Amino acid sequence: MNYFTRNVTRTAWIAAAAMGCTSAANAVEIEYWQYIYDSRVQAVDQLIEKFEAENPDITVKHVTFPYADYQTRVVAANMAGKGPDVLQMFYGWTDSFVNGKVLQPLPADMFPTDKIEAEFFPIVTAMRRGDDYYGLPTAVRSLALFYNKTLFAEAGIDSPPKTLDELVETAKALTKKDGGGNYTTVGMTLDMAGQDHQWWREVLVRQFGGTPYSEDASTVTYDDAAGVAATQWYTDLATKHQVGQPGFMDEGQAAFRAGRAAMTIDGTFRLGSFREIDGFEWGVAELPANAEGLRSNYASYFANGIGAGAEGEELQAAAKFLAYLSSPEAMQLWLEVVGELPARPEVAMTEANLADPVYGPFLKALEYAHTTTFVDEQAQRQVTMDMANRVFLQGQAVEASVAEAAAAEQAIIDRAR
Amino acid sequence: MAMTQPSPQSGPRLSMRTRRAIWVWAFLALPVLFYSVIRFYPTIDAFRLSFTNWNLLSPPEYVGVQNYRDMFASAEFWQVFRNTFAYLIIGTPISLLLSFTVAYFLDRIRFGHGFLRALYFLPYITTASAMGWVWRWFYQPAPTGVINSVLGSLGMGQLDFLRSTTWALPSIMVTAIWAGLGFQIIILMAGLRSIPQTYYEAARIDGVGEFAILRKITLPLLKPTTVFLVVFSSIGFLRIFDQVYNMTTNDPGGPLGSTKPLVLMIYQTAFNSYQMGAAAAQTVVLFTILLAISLLQLWILRTR
Repeated sequence: MNYFTRNVTRTAWIAAAAMGCTSAANAVEIEYWQYIYDSRVQAVDQLIEKFEAENPDITVKHVTFPYADYQTRVVAANMAGKGPDVLQMFYGWTDSFVNGKVLQPLPADMFPTDKIEAEFFPIVTAMRRGDDYYGLPTAVRSLALFYNKTLFAEAGIDSPPKTLDELVETAKALTKKDGGGNYTTVGMTLDMAGQDHQWWREVLVRQFGGTPYSEDASTVTYDDAAGVAATQWYTDLATKHQVGQPGFMDEGQAAFRAGRAAMTIDGTFRLGSFREIDGFEWGVAELPANAEGLRSNYASYFANGIGAGAEGEELQAAAKFLAYLSSPEAMQLWLEVVGELPARPEVAMTEANLADPVYGPFLKALEYAHTTTFVDEQAQRQVTMDMANRVFLQGQAVEASVAEAAAAEQAIIDRAR
Repeated sequence: MAMTQPSPQSGPRLSMRTRRAIWVWAFLALPVLFYSVIRFYPTIDAFRLSFTNWNLLSPPEYVGVQNYRDMFASAEFWQVFRNTFAYLIIGTPISLLLSFTVAYFLDRIRFGHGFLRALYFLPYITTASAMGWVWRWFYQPAPTGVINSVLGSLGMGQLDFLRSTTWALPSIMVTAIWAGLGFQIIILMAGLRSIPQTYYEAARIDGVGEFAILRKITLPLLKPTTVFLVVFSSIGFLRIFDQVYNMTTNDPGGPLGSTKPLVLMIYQTAFNSYQMGAAAAQTVVLFTILLAISLLQLWILRTR
């Protein structure tokens, strides 16, 4: 082939490619699934727009479902072979999604394990099975103590409690009752169905010297002196110190919003709802440490994973999109639109963020936070709720209640394995 | 006859009766097909699934009667079983007694009759979840809950309602009875109206007392209506879900499982824990109970 013919052939190829381009530009379409939550949907729409601008050959179709049937939809679609290419999922679903072949491992060439572990907060390891990673988060959540600044000022208290003992004292000073002995304002909300079960499991149990589970998460280990002490301390808030009442105003967050609770423990996801409060000023503080200064926190996240059905071009496009979703740029946008914390320390731990009175306490927690490996989050939450209720409502001894809870939770874990 | 005189039409000649049957079945085919696919097939399949271990993700695996064995061995199941029957055994008679009393007297008044009837019927057409939430707030401790606030202002103690393992179930049952009352009243009134006035006139001429009229004429002649309502309301209480779920969303069926009915347990087993086999086994139990109770009631209240 001489130079001329080679050139002609090449031109012909380019022309053919260019002609094909009108349709080839949209050749790869991938589906992204997440549940409906207004700000999350907006954030993903914005991210898709930017991603498509950078990758004109890929179109991302954004599909959403109500949270209540999100998991069922994913599983059903997967069975029918019509699952998403990239999907958002709670880290706690990883085991069932990996075992059920909903997910495939992230391609190791694009997402090397050592690089992930160097660049993300340590809690990302909850997405690792063996040597493979099955997903990466855009944003993470942690817990903090919300306090009602107006009530604090009225009582002449100028700073939120830093230790558990201070928490009790502060709560006592802020609790108000009417003539009939009914609470009108609680010092501290008690709501196991809210975030208290996470606080108890990953924070209080550790602060009283125990661990909630064994290293490999296969055994419940809180049925010991530490677990009992943590539960005793928690239930004492209502029974001994009388700074709160389980079920007061139905939910802890409702009581806080209504200005009838001086303190409550909740997560980053509550910021949006609390920002609508205009009756009083509120602040955020790190969860109180124990007397020795030990702090802990519970962090969780939704990760993005690649569906088992994606292959070839779609797999490549999916991997590209997932890389973009977990890029520093996407994390910054997520923080601004959704208000959740970036999953990379380099984006999260900036001076501006750490100095932020709202984000600061949540961010500091990420360095010492734990994630629970749930096998059935709702059932496990129920166990903790029942444990507290047996003490509150039936007057069961704390030791017996903790032992019963440990046995029940162990049965749930055993069943899932 | 058709052989000797061929019909001018093509095709075999069918008798009027057969043709009508074909038409009827042609029209019935669609609903029958629809019901077979979306109702009967899943029902029958539930029996098969109840012998498997299936989490939706991996294919069902046959485990024999393991699901049933686990279920009958679990304390939670028996508590739920007791709760379900508490809703049925307390709820059905009380709701029937109340609705009969209201219907009986409402039938006798003329002034404000339509208005009162509408008031009684209103809860029935209200969304169960909305009602559940309203009642949930009624039952809150002071200062939120209306009932406790009133009690508090009268200097009385607080009632725990939904926060008590003893009172949570009756508290929820009250709302369920209230919600179903309107429907039962309407049906009972229709039943009362259908009793011929001549019986009453004859009895009054003979000087029979009001109570005897009620016992000897009204109640026996109302029996078909009563049978229908007993069966209908029993099935309703056995399937109770909306009120319980909406009034206890933070701790579904709580506190400590004291309000959890079978349907809520099935829902949680299937769609929170994804144990489809175990949930199917629970469904089979519910199906059997519903069938047995309905047949029993039809037999007890049968017309002799």
